[in-house]
Amino acid sequence: MINYIVRRLLWGLVLLIAVTALIFILFRVLPTADPATLRAGRLQSPKIIAEIRADLGLDKSLPAQFWIYLKGILLHFNLGYSYYSGASVKSLLFDRLPATVSLVLGGAVVWVTAGMTVGILSALRPRSRRDRASMGGALLLVSAPEYWLGLIVLYLFAADIGQLRIFPGSGSYVPLTTDPVKWFTSLLLPWFVVAAGNAAIYARLMRSSLIETMGQDYIRTARAKGLSERRVVMHHGVRAAINPILTILALDVGVLLGSAVLVETVFNIPGIGRLNYDAITHADFPIIQGTVLMAALFIIVANILVDIAYAYLDPRVRYS
Amino acid sequence: MSGERGEQPLLQVEELRVEFPTEDGIVHAVDGITYQVHRGRTLGIVGESGSGKSVASLTTLGLTRGQGANISGRILFEGRDLLTLPDRQLRAVRGNEIAMVFQDPLSSLHPFYKVGAQLIEAIRAHREVSTAHAREHAVELLGLVGIPDPRRRVEEFPHEFSGGMRQRAMIAMALINDPKLLIADEPTTALDVTVQAQILALLERLQRELGMAIVIITHDLGVVAEMADDVAVMYAGRIVETASTELVFAHPEHPYTWGLLKSIPTLTGGREEDLVPIPGTPPSLIRRPSGCHFHPRCPYAQPDHARIDPRLEPVEGASSHQVACLLGAHARQRLWRELSAGRMPAEALAAAGLAEDGR
Repeated sequence: MINYIVRRLLWGLVLLIAVTALIFILFRVLPTADPATLRAGRLQSPKIIAEIRADLGLDKSLPAQFWIYLKGILLHFNLGYSYYSGASVKSLLFDRLPATVSLVLGGAVVWVTAGMTVGILSALRPRSRRDRASMGGALLLVSAPEYWLGLIVLYLFAADIGQLRIFPGSGSYVPLTTDPVKWFTSLLLPWFVVAAGNAAIYARLMRSSLIETMGQDYIRTARAKGLSERRVVMHHGVRAAINPILTILALDVGVLLGSAVLVETVFNIPGIGRLNYDAITHADFPIIQGTVLMAALFIIVANILVDIAYAYLDPRVRYS
Repeated sequence: MSGERGEQPLLQVEELRVEFPTEDGIVHAVDGITYQVHRGRTLGIVGESGSGKSVASLTTLGLTRGQGANISGRILFEGRDLLTLPDRQLRAVRGNEIAMVFQDPLSSLHPFYKVGAQLIEAIRAHREVSTAHAREHAVELLGLVGIPDPRRRVEEFPHEFSGGMRQRAMIAMALINDPKLLIADEPTTALDVTVQAQILALLERLQRELGMAIVIITHDLGVVAEMADDVAVMYAGRIVETASTELVFAHPEHPYTWGLLKSIPTLTGGREEDLVPIPGTPPSLIRRPSGCHFHPRCPYAQPDHARIDPRLEPVEGASSHQVACLLGAHARQRLWRELSAGRMPAEALAAAGLAEDGR
């Protein structure tokens, strides 16, 4: 098991370097605005642009630039500096991470709770009115794009522009350490929007997984033992049906940590996604590279966590 | 059915009917069956897959409830009708007074829990005992069913057990609350032949030691010959023949029973004696054949057998032997005599002079 994890981590490292190279090539080969020109702003003389170019290291050859970048990461954990503001990418990422983590993990709690509850209730009475209603609702939620749903809930419930002024609206985020209560209330609408589509998917997944599990022979055995139906469902059924949920949960959280762009933009939450969005509009390569690298890191870590969780959850799984 | 007369049977199934409404029509899984099981004795229920034998037993434990089944008749267990018992009281019977062992021990044990934990759960579902106490009992039962080093094996998962050991563990789990009745549904079908014999011997030994009654459900007459005191042969949801095991093997009365007996090889029969498989496949339980349900597969069927529905009636001279067949008693005796002499069904039919008329 330890061997397996070490091997997976090493492979993850190789993958990260490959991802770095890929992003590096993509952003330099594909036509974008010249960062030096953007940085120069109104002082568009060739001399100034050339100075900026040398300053940012853009005058060196591509492989040399890549080597410098990679060396910075591996030796000093230095992700470079923003072309636009000159700030350290690493510190920018660390500044923005808490907001994204708050959004994604809180959202995950909401969608897992809601999705599993609805899924379990549906699975116990398949084809009932309750089942049909919740699966129909799930279909609607899955089909609603996040940015659209975000605007709708802002229009309906935001304290500044809403029809019913209940919840704090866009741009109200405060860090947890500053004011826990405001942190919580400001995230209620974003959590709902992040969770809505996922909760629907999880409900459907939980439903089909539990329906399949409840048809297994060991469920019949559990009933034949004289256990209460509640114990049969929760202890025997859900316990076995939950594996696909946990798998997809780790991956979803991993992906979302690197790409909650839409919700962060709609609600103006200063997270990684928002940082990435701003960097793209400024052709700020180091930041884009940093955020994408971080997203890749989250996904790789999530994958390894899934594998470890699998071995822990299913005693039949053994890695060698 | 033979048994100690005068004593009330442990289990009395009367006119049990189980139907499942489906989109294609109503599945008549069990169609009015009646049987008794006496304390300490073994009943073998024999039939092909789809004959309703498993559904009948699952219904005894209330395990077909909640599947939308229409159930009628009575299942009296020590005088209580299990069909009308509220869920909570029925749960107190399940796994406690009546326990069940299933066909495939691998899929019947929960893959994510240790064997010991599953046994402990079975105890604690019915007894207020500490986990430590329950664990001791689990170890004791695993030892009783012949699992070596039970103290270590309670800590293992089902996939770490061999097939035979898993079925032993299932049996230990079924017996852990000292049931009065054990229902074993094809307990040896998924096992290697050598292991099958061990499991049957184990069940026999446990029955002697613990004194429970057993209903053994099987498609294998060999298992019945080994285990059962009485036999009920089921076809298409009905009992078509029932008697003591000796009678069924010595004087079988139903053509389907003949088919079952002639389709298993015997050591005494010699190599030149042909096996006679039953032609065709079991009927659909949604659209059952008219008249005698067996007539499309019966080599001795007469034209009017497609119209008349036979009833289970006592055989002349042996009141405990019942059969549901439209052939006359003499015709059946002659036919079986010819068949046991090694003739094929068509030859037997001609030799018994029955080609025209089954009287």
